[in-house]
Amino acid sequence: MDFKYDDDLQNIENEASRLAGQFDDDYWREHDEKHEFPWEFYNAFAEQGWIGVIVPEEYGGSGLGISHAAVLLNAVAHSAGVQNAASTLHLSIFGMGPVIHHGSEELKQRTLPATASGALHVSFGVTEDDAGTDTSRIRTFARRDGDHWVINGKKIWNTKAQQAQKILLLARTTPREECAKPLQGMTLFLADLDPNHCEIRPIDKCGRNAVNSNEVFIQDLPVSDDDVIGEVDKGFYYLLDGLNPERIVIASECCGIGRQAIDKAVHYAREREVFDRPIGMNQAIAHPLADAYSELEAADLLWQKAAWAYDTGEPCGPLANMAKLRASEASFKACDRAVQTFGGMGYAKECNVERYWRESRMSRIAPISNEMVLNFVSEHVLGLPRSY
Amino acid sequence: MKILVCLKQVPHQDARLDIKSDGSWIQEESIKFEINSYDTYALEEALRIKDEKEAEVVVASIGPDRTTQALRTALGMGADRAVHVNDESVEGSDALAIAKILAAIGKEESPDLVFTGLMADDGNFASVGPMVAELLEMPHATAVMSASLEGEKLIAERELEGGALEVVELQLPCLLAVQTGINQVRYASLKGIMAAKKKPLDTRSAADLGVQELVGTGAAKIKVQEIYVPPKTQGAEILEGSTTDVAEGLVAKIKELGLL
Ligand SMILES: Cc1cc2nc3c(=O)[nH]c(=O)nc-3n(C[C@H](O)[C@H](O)[C@H](O)COP(=O)(O)OP(=O)(O)OC[C@H]3O[C@@H](n4cnc5c(N)ncnc54)[C@H](O)[C@@H]3O)c2cc1C
Repeated sequence: MDFKYDDDLQNIENEASRLAGQFDDDYWREHDEKHEFPWEFYNAFAEQGWIGVIVPEEYGGSGLGISHAAVLLNAVAHSAGVQNAASTLHLSIFGMGPVIHHGSEELKQRTLPATASGALHVSFGVTEDDAGTDTSRIRTFARRDGDHWVINGKKIWNTKAQQAQKILLLARTTPREECAKPLQGMTLFLADLDPNHCEIRPIDKCGRNAVNSNEVFIQDLPVSDDDVIGEVDKGFYYLLDGLNPERIVIASECCGIGRQAIDKAVHYAREREVFDRPIGMNQAIAHPLADAYSELEAADLLWQKAAWAYDTGEPCGPLANMAKLRASEASFKACDRAVQTFGGMGYAKECNVERYWRESRMSRIAPISNEMVLNFVSEHVLGLPRSY
Repeated sequence: MKILVCLKQVPHQDARLDIKSDGSWIQEESIKFEINSYDTYALEEALRIKDEKEAEVVVASIGPDRTTQALRTALGMGADRAVHVNDESVEGSDALAIAKILAAIGKEESPDLVFTGLMADDGNFASVGPMVAELLEMPHATAVMSASLEGEKLIAERELEGGALEVVELQLPCLLAVQTGINQVRYASLKGIMAAKKKPLDTRSAADLGVQELVGTGAAKIKVQEIYVPPKTQGAEILEGSTTDVAEGLVAKIKELGLL
C-alpha cells in the first residue's frame, strides 16, 4: 500500500494552494456578501490551465485523472474561499464530462478547447421543482420541429447560469408513460442559454453566495441536432457515468473545507484566553476539534481510494458514494465545531467561520442528498430491498 | 547565457513550529515545506531574463528527499534543469559549508549569473550568498531590488536603510542576493507542472562534488547549541481605569522613566 501522493499530485496540491492562497477571507467575505462572481480568482486559475485538468490533451487540456482534479479542488477548498472557491472552478472542470465521454467529434472540437481555457461557462440543468430526486419525473420537453428541437420547461438550482453561455440540459424527448423504463426517453442537450428564450432568476440562498444558483424558465428554445449529446432518449445514462467522479470530487472539496475550518479554530483555541488560559486547554474545546479532525482524515482516505479506483478502472460506485457521505458530514461537523470554538465571534461575519459553516451545509444535500446515498449503500452494497 | 539559482526549501510560512525535545531543531515530521520566499523572487528574476533572451536556468538545492518537491516546483515555473544535493553527511553543516557545496556546483556549471535569496526564512543567516560569491571569486550585491543586464555588465539596485536605493554596476559573472517583494512571482501552470517531470533533475552527493571533507557536523565551525522560545516575561504593567486615567497614568510613567 502506498498512501503518499506522487510528485504530480504533490505539485498540483502545492501550486493550487499557493494560487488559492492569494485570495483571502476579506476577498471571499466581500464577494459572498455582495453576491459577486469571483472573476479575479476564476481568471487566475483559468490562465494557468487548471480548468482543463480533465479535458483530453488533443482538445487543449491536460488529460489527467479524477485523482488530479480531486487533489486540485481539495486544495482550493482548503483556502479562505472554501465552497465558493471550489464551486467557481468545479462546474467548469466537470460540467462538460458528458461531452468529453459521449459527445460527437464535431461537438468536442467546437466546445472543448474553450472549456479547457476557461472561456466557456456551462450551467448544469437537471433538477426540476416537481421531479426532485426522481429525475424520471422531469417535465421539460424537447419537441421535434422540422430539422431541429424546440425546448420548453423549467429548471431549478442551475449553478452559474448567470455567467454561462450554455446549459447542459436534460429534457424528455419521449413521454415517461411511453418508455419501457422510466429513466429512458430523456435526451441531453448542450443548449445555448439564449436570453430570448431563457429567463434566469437567482435563488436567494443560505450560503456560497459568490456563486449563484438559479431558476431557468425555458420557452421555445431552439436546439440543433449538432448539440445533442450522444443518442436521443439515452441522456440520463450519460449523466450516470459522471456521477461517481462528481461525488469523489465533492468529497475532496468537503474535506478541504473542514480542514480550513479546523485550521482557523485551532489557531483561535491557542490564542484566545479566558479564565487566564487558552480555551484550547479545555478538553471540551480540544476534543471535539480532535474528533472532527480525525473524521476528516478518515474521509480523506475514502475519496482518495475512490479516485484511485476510478482512475484505475476498478468499480468505484460504493466508495464514491460513501466518500461523499462521510466527507460532507465530517466537513459540516468540523465547521460547526469551529463556530463553537469561536464562541460569540463565531457568529460574527468578520471571523469567517460562520461563512464556512453555511457553505459546508450544502454538500449534505447537493448534488445528491445523504439520504439517497444511504439508500444506495443499503440497496447496492448491503443488498437490502429498495425502499422507494 | 547560463543562470544558476540557489534555493532552499523551508517550513511553510503557515506551519506551526514546534521545537524538538532535545532543542536541536524544529520538528519537521508533519509540517509542510515550501521554497524560501526570498528565493522565489530570485528565481522569478532569473526566469524574467530567460523570457527576454536565450538563457538556461539551472536551479540547485541542498536537502533531504522532500527537497525534490521544491526543485520540481521551480522546474514547473520554467527552470530548465535541477541539481539536488541529497546526502545525509551534509546534515549539521554551517553556512560556510553550504556555501562550499553551492560553490562546487557553481564551478561545475560556470554560470554567467548566480541568484540567491538575501536570506532564508528559517535560519536568517543572510550569509550564504556572499560566501558563495567569494568562493567563486565573483562580485556580488545583496538586498537586490532590481537587476538589468547591459552587455557584459549588470546594473543592480540595492536597498539601503531608510528606503534609499543604491545603484551598483557589476561585471559578469556575478552573484545577486535578492530582497523579497521585488517582482510578482509567477505560478507554475498545470502544463508547466506536467512538463517539469520530464526535465532533468540530477541528484548529487558531497563526494561527487569533491567537498565531502568540508561539510557536515564535523567540519562545522558554528554548532547550534540550543533552540528555545524565550519564556514570557512578567515585566508588563497594565494600566486600568477610564481613558483619562489611563492616559494620565501613561504620561506619568513616561516621565518617571525619563523617556521624554
Ligand atoms: C447550492 C445548490 C446548487 C445546486 N446546483 C445544481 C445544478 O447546478 N444543477 C442541477 O441540476 N441541480 C443543482 N442542485 C440541485 C440538487 O441536485 C438537488 O437539490 C438535490 O439533488 C436534491 O433534490 P431536491 O432538492 O429535489 O430534493 P427532494 O428530492 O425534494 O428531496 C427532499 C428531501 O427528501 C429526501 N428524500 C427524497 N426521496 C427520498 C427517499 N426515497 N428516501 C429517503 N429520503 C428521500 C431527500 O433526501 C431530501 O432530504 C443544486 C442544489 C443546491 C442546494
